[in-house]
This record gives sequence, structure tokens and C-alpha cells, in this order.
Amino acid sequence: MKVLIPSPLVSYTKTTAVDAVGSTMAELLADLDRQYPGLRFRIVDEQDKMRPHMRFFVNSVQVFDLDLDLNPTDDVHIVQALSGG
Amino acid sequence: MVATRKGAWLYHGDAARRTWRTNGPHLLGHMVHHVVLDPRDGRTMLAAAKTGHLGPTVFRSTNFGKTWKEAAKPPRFAKVDPGVEGRAPARSVDHTFWLTPAHANEPNVWYAGTSPQGLFRSEDGGVTWEPFSIINDDPQYRTWMGAQQDGTPDGPKMHSIIVDPRDPKHLYFAMSSGGVHESNDGGASFHPLIDGMEVVDGLDSKNITYHDPHNVQMCPSNPDRLYQQNHCGIYRLDRPSTTWVRVGKSMPKKVGDIGFPMVVHPRDANTAWVFPMDGTSVWPRTSPGGQPAAYMTKNAGKSWTRQDQGMPGDQAWWTVKRQAMAADMRDPVGLYFGTTSGEVWMSRNEGDKWSRLTQHLPHIYAVSTGLTK
Repeated sequence: MKVLIPSPLVSYTKTTAVDAVGSTMAELLADLDRQYPGLRFRIVDEQDKMRPHMRFFVNSVQVFDLDLDLNPTDDVHIVQALSGG
Repeated sequence: MVATRKGAWLYHGDAARRTWRTNGPHLLGHMVHHVVLDPRDGRTMLAAAKTGHLGPTVFRSTNFGKTWKEAAKPPRFAKVDPGVEGRAPARSVDHTFWLTPAHANEPNVWYAGTSPQGLFRSEDGGVTWEPFSIINDDPQYRTWMGAQQDGTPDGPKMHSIIVDPRDPKHLYFAMSSGGVHESNDGGASFHPLIDGMEVVDGLDSKNITYHDPHNVQMCPSNPDRLYQQNHCGIYRLDRPSTTWVRVGKSMPKKVGDIGFPMVVHPRDANTAWVFPMDGTSVWPRTSPGGQPAAYMTKNAGKSWTRQDQGMPGDQAWWTVKRQAMAADMRDPVGLYFGTTSGEVWMSRNEGDKWSRLTQHLPHIYAVSTGLTK
């Protein structure tokens, strides 16, 4: 499925849209980390919590659960909620 | 090496330390808490970094910052499965705060301290990091670490990781808050080392949670001597004694002995420097009276001499963080410090005269020195 990548992670992916696979959000993130080592830990911590200011949308709906089921046709957006100075 | 809230800068000096070449920014936009050059090879640099939004990591360069490569496995705590009883609550590393190259006989070994407090070790030059569960997950140590409100405004810190140059298994570390600790067995076990250290009035000094060392340094010329800048004064410890002696009492009363950095002379264990800050009332953490100065002792803390020649005489409300002052190995020793207002100052003569090396940098977290090979 297509995954939109925010600019702070383009240093890993070199592009703002990538293909990745997974039947859940957790599997999708694992596949992204396989393709782009180190990427997952920058957006999900060691307790499997989404980091503050990182937001995940599936088909334009914000999701918070890494166990959420995904379909191959889903659109996934990883968004950084820019804030602060 | 200057680490800032928005990236890192390198300054290459000539042998006389009179001309400097600026190299940077590196990792622009990253909050870089520490950059350290490995003295064992003179070319490997590690940088502890995160951004305001992305998680913490460690970058590594072997070509003086031309390229940086991220650690494959940065410092991270063990995952705690929900529902497992008897385990301390789960924690996540907010940022790696401190980096220490290990013993000369352990060429690829590094130690890292994090916020919240955690101790980590790498055996491959900083590519992968493993936690010291004996500290990070130990119920007693977790109690001593306290919670978020027991730490600094930027979060509680593990810092001042020290390796005895005579024995790679002899280690020290300090925690804000949580005291100073020692290991004689390479980290298989640790014990507190807080006797003589004072705490805030009214609190129980036997309670390790209340102890807030800001920076601990071992003298290279005498590894049995340690100096410490603490939330409650300046201390010296001469091993095998286990009792710290408050040597900051001899500082001028109107300046006090509160501060963050602690710097030791590379060849004279009687000489050390501090950079006092206002620790009164609400803790402004600025130069007392807006008149910045370093203070030097040449007699192991019996007396202190003010060193401010070249610095602004008034209305300079500087803050110098605990990692933001350093010495080089030259003779006479060069001293360097960075302010949270983005200025780097230096002295070529052990603090007698100061001049500004650069300005307009972001908020400076750390200043360190190194000799390239």
C-alpha cells in the first residue's frame, strides 16, 4: 500500500511516498523499518507508543492503535504535527 | 565541538589556538546534546541527537562530520509488556544526553547516559547499544531516580559516566537526581557514593533521591581525585575515602558555589574550574549579578580565584550548562565554554584572559574538545 512520508523522515526514504506491506499498522511499520532501518524508532518508542507529534492516518481517519487491521488498498499517511520553535 | 539545540558545529584551531575554521552546521535542526571525539582513534565522533518530533538516536562520523550515519540500534529501554506484575513502570528514552568513550584497551566500547536516567553500553563503536538492566530496571535504582518532577527542566539526566584509566572495570556515573554511583566490576554491580554531599535544606541527605550532582570529573593526572559541581555546592573526593568534602565554601559569599560545569586540569589535580550561576530563590541559573566569571582553584579547592578578564563586566545574564565548559590538553591549558545565548568563549592561558570565539549560535548544550589524528 502507499504510505505518505513526512519531510523529517525523507532522510531515510529519499522520497515522500513509498510502498510497504502489512496486515496491521504494526506490520506496516515493521516493513518500513526493514526497508529503511531506524525509521520506526524515530516515530514509535520502545514501548510501542506513537511518539508525541507523530500522527497516523488511514484513509484520512486518524488512528492510534498499532494493532489496527489494514487492507492492501488503504492509504496510510504519516504526518508530523509541527509545533514549537 | 559545540552541540546546540539546533545542530552541531565544529571549530578546528591551529596549534596556537589563534585561528579557527568553522565547520557546520551538522545535523541542522536536531537537538544535539553531546558531541564527543574518540580520543582512542582521533577521528570517530558520536553525536547524541533527536528532533523536537522524532525520537532519539546517536549519529556516528569517521570523517570529521563529512558524513554521519545513524546508529542501527540507538539507546532504548527494555520493552515492558503490559500486565507483567512486579515490574517497574515502562519508560522510553527521551534523549541520549551523555557520551563517554570507554577505556583505551576497549577501543570500540562507549557508554551513554539518557534522559530519563538510563545507562547504556556499545561494543561496536556506537552502532548498537545495550541497556544496563541492573540500573535501568532495578527497583531500588528506579526509586532513587525519582520521577519526571525530580529531574531538571529538560528532564532527569544520567551523566558524568567516568571510566578509570587504570581499570576499565572501575566506573562512576551520576544522576540528576539520584546521586553518584560507582562500580568496581565493570557494571555487574553499583553502589552509591554520596557521603558528605549536601541536599536542599530540610531534606534528608540519606535519601539518595534528593542528591543532585550536576557534573563529576576525574583528574587525569590523579584518578583517585574527583571534583563535583552539585546543586548544593562544589565538592572534592580523594579515594579511597568515600566522603565528599565541600570545597565550595571558600567561594565568595555573594557568588556562592552553585553552577553546572566542572572542569579539571589535564596535568595538575590541584587545579580545577567552575562557572558559578545564581542558585538563589527561584534559581535564575544566570551569572550572579549579570557579571559572568569562571573561578579557578590551584590548591584543590582551598581557595578560588575569579577569572573574568575579557568578559562583559555587567548585564551579561549567561547560562552555561553542565556539558558546556571544557579544557584542552595544551600547555597552557585552553578553556572553552558556551552559553545558552549562543556564544562560545575561550581562554588560551588557563582562564587569565578570555575572548569570544563565536556568537549567534543556537542555545548551546555542550562544548567538548579533542585532538584529531
